[in-house]
Amino acid sequence: MSGPSTYVPKSGFARWMDTRLPIMRLAHDTVITFPTPRNLNIWYTFGGILAFCLGVQIITGIVLAMHYTPHTAMAFDSVEHIMRDVNYGWLIRYVHANGASMFFLAVYIHMFRGLYYGSYKDPREMIWILGVILYVLMMATAFLGYTLPWGQMSFWAATVITNLFSAIPFVGEAIVNLLWGGFSVDNPTLQRFFSLHYLLPFVIAGVVILHIWALHVPGNNNPLGIDVKGPQDTLPFHPYYTVKDLFYLSLFLILFAAFVFYAPNYLGHSINYIEADPLVTPPHIVPEWYFLPFYAILRSIPDKLMGVVALFGSMLTLFFVPWLDTGKVRSARFRPTYRIFFWLFVFDCFVLGYAGSQPVDGVLFNTPISLLLVARIATLYFFLHFWVIMPLVGLFETPKPLPDSIAKPVLQAAE
Amino acid sequence: MLKLPMRNALLAFGIAALGALSAPASAAEHGAAVESRDWSFNGPFGTYDRAELQRGYQVYKEVCSACHSLNRIAFRNLSDAGGPGFTELEVRALAASYQIPAEPNERGETTDAEGRPLMREALPSDYFPSRFPNDNAARASNNGALPPDLSLITKARDGGSDYIYALLTGYGHEVPAGVTVNPGQYYNPYFLGGLLAMPQPLFANQVTYADGTEASIEQMAHDVTAFLTWTAEPKMEERKSLGFAVILFLIAFSGLCFLSYRKLWHGEH
Repeated sequence: MSGPSTYVPKSGFARWMDTRLPIMRLAHDTVITFPTPRNLNIWYTFGGILAFCLGVQIITGIVLAMHYTPHTAMAFDSVEHIMRDVNYGWLIRYVHANGASMFFLAVYIHMFRGLYYGSYKDPREMIWILGVILYVLMMATAFLGYTLPWGQMSFWAATVITNLFSAIPFVGEAIVNLLWGGFSVDNPTLQRFFSLHYLLPFVIAGVVILHIWALHVPGNNNPLGIDVKGPQDTLPFHPYYTVKDLFYLSLFLILFAAFVFYAPNYLGHSINYIEADPLVTPPHIVPEWYFLPFYAILRSIPDKLMGVVALFGSMLTLFFVPWLDTGKVRSARFRPTYRIFFWLFVFDCFVLGYAGSQPVDGVLFNTPISLLLVARIATLYFFLHFWVIMPLVGLFETPKPLPDSIAKPVLQAAE
Repeated sequence: MLKLPMRNALLAFGIAALGALSAPASAAEHGAAVESRDWSFNGPFGTYDRAELQRGYQVYKEVCSACHSLNRIAFRNLSDAGGPGFTELEVRALAASYQIPAEPNERGETTDAEGRPLMREALPSDYFPSRFPNDNAARASNNGALPPDLSLITKARDGGSDYIYALLTGYGHEVPAGVTVNPGQYYNPYFLGGLLAMPQPLFANQVTYADGTEASIEQMAHDVTAFLTWTAEPKMEERKSLGFAVILFLIAFSGLCFLSYRKLWHGEH
C-alpha cells in the first residue's frame, strides 16, 4: 500500500486473477513486502497480539452463542450448562472471559506505547483516532458482554451504567427506557444486549481494517520517532516481523494460559456466580479492572450530570491528543520533560484504578487520607495532563538532538 | 535495544500493572478475616481427594440437604472423572434411594387414588431433588430466610472454600457487646454483619463415616467444603492437567520462535 507494488503473479491463474480481483497483490503488499522500520521493539508487537485477541474473542464467542440462551430465566443456567455439560465448554468460556481482560491489557500497552513514542503525530493522526474509536467500541462490547451471564454483578453493572444516561437533560429518561426496552433492566434489555454484543465485534473488525489501512499509508512510527529515509531503514514485514510478532505473541499466550487454566476467576467477582436478583443490591458494585480508572473519575464528581460529562470527557479527550501535543519531536526518548510527565500520567492512571476498586468512602491504605480526595486529585490531573501539560511541554521543552537515520544507530549498535 | 534506565522503568510499569490487576479482588466483603487452609486442591497440581469428596457428599446428604438444594448436580456427576469417584453401580443405587415426582402416567394422572403426587425412584440422569417445592416454601420453613443453593457456593463467596469452612466452624463464639441476637438469628463472626438465619449446622459425631474417620466438626466441615468445591468447579482436574500441557507446549514453542527470531535477525538489529 505504501509505495509501488512489487507483486509479480507467478502462475497463469494468478495473472488472470490479478487483472480482475488483485487480492493476492493486496495480501502480498500488506503482509509480505510491507517496508517496516528495522528498529521496532517489543512494544510494537502488541498490534499483532490485539488482532489475535479479537480473533479469539470472535471464535470463542460464536461457539458460546451456540449454547447460551439470552433470557432472564435461562441465561445463568445456560452458562452453567456450558461450564458443566458442553464438551470443553469450561475452556471456551474461561478463554472468552479472561480473553476480554487480556485484550484490554494488550490495548492499554498499545495505547501507552503510542503516547510514549508520539505515534499519533503528523502524519498519523487518523491511525490514532481510529484507535480511540476501536477502544470505545471495545469498552461498549465488554460492558454488554459482562451483562450476559446474568449474575448479580452483571445485573447491577447494567443498571448503574445504563442509569448514567438518565443524567442527560430532557432526553435522558427516554434514552434509558430505549436502552432498557422497558422501565427497568429486564428481559428486553438482556436480549438487545446480546444482539449488540454479537454485532459490535464485527464493527470492530471493520474499523481494524481501516486502522491498518491508515497505518500502511505513512508506515509505522518507530522508537526513534524519525522518518524512514530509504530502504536501508526498513525490513520486509515477512519474515522479519511475522517471526518477531509470533515470538512475543507466544510469550503473551503463556500469561493468557496461566489465567485461563490456573486462576480463571481471579479477575472476576464472586457475586457474579449468584444469579441476578433485582431485589438484592450488592454492598459494593465494582466494574471489571479495565474500567476502574473511569469508574473513579465518575465517582469523584459529586454531581451526577457532571460526573457523566467527566467520564465521557475523559474518553473524548483522547481524540484531541494529536493536536494537544505541540511538540515537534515524536519520540519521548528525545523529550526529557515530556518523558517525566508521561510516567506521571501512567502513575495517575494506576492511582485512579486503585481508587475505583475501593469503596467510595475508603481511605488510602491505612492512612486517614480519604480515597475520594485522592480520586479527585487524580481526575483533575488526568485532564491537566492532556489539556495543559501536553500543550505547554511541547512549547517550552528543548528536545535532545535526533539521530540522522534509523539505520545508522541501529547498525552501529550491532557492530 | 532499549536503553537501561528506560528498560527498568518499563519493568517497574509491568510490575505495577500486575499489582493493579490484583486490586479489585482485594475488596473483601465479609466479616472476620478468613484463615487459608491447606486444601488438597490448592496449587497448580492440586487435585480432589476422592475419599474426602465421598465423606463430604455424606455430610451434604445427611445434614445440609435438610434445607439446601444442589440443583446443578445430577446423580451421574458423582461418577464423573475428576469427581468423588463413585462407581456407576453405586450411583444407580444411590439415586434409587431418592424419590422424585414422576411424569404423568399413561392415563395422564399426576396423583394416585388418594390424591398424593405420583413418585418414582430417581435415575442417575436425574438432578438432586430440592427439599422444598419452591422458594417460598423454603422461606416459610426457615424463618423467612432462603437457604441458598449450594452448587456454586464456594465460587459465589469471597474467600471461597476457606470462607465456607470458616463459616461452618465459626459458631459458638461469644456475642460481642452491642450486638443483639434476635430470635431466629445466630451469631457467626465470619458472616457479613455477624448475624445469620442458619443455626449451627454441624455437631460432633452427627454422621457415621463408613471409612472410620472420626466425625469431628472440623472434619465434617472440611469434607463438605471439599465436596462443595467440586460441585462448583467439577472440571478443575481436567483444567489443570490440560493447562500444564498447554503451558509446556507454549514454552517449547516460544523457545523455537526465539531461535528462529535470533537466527533471522542476526546482524539486522
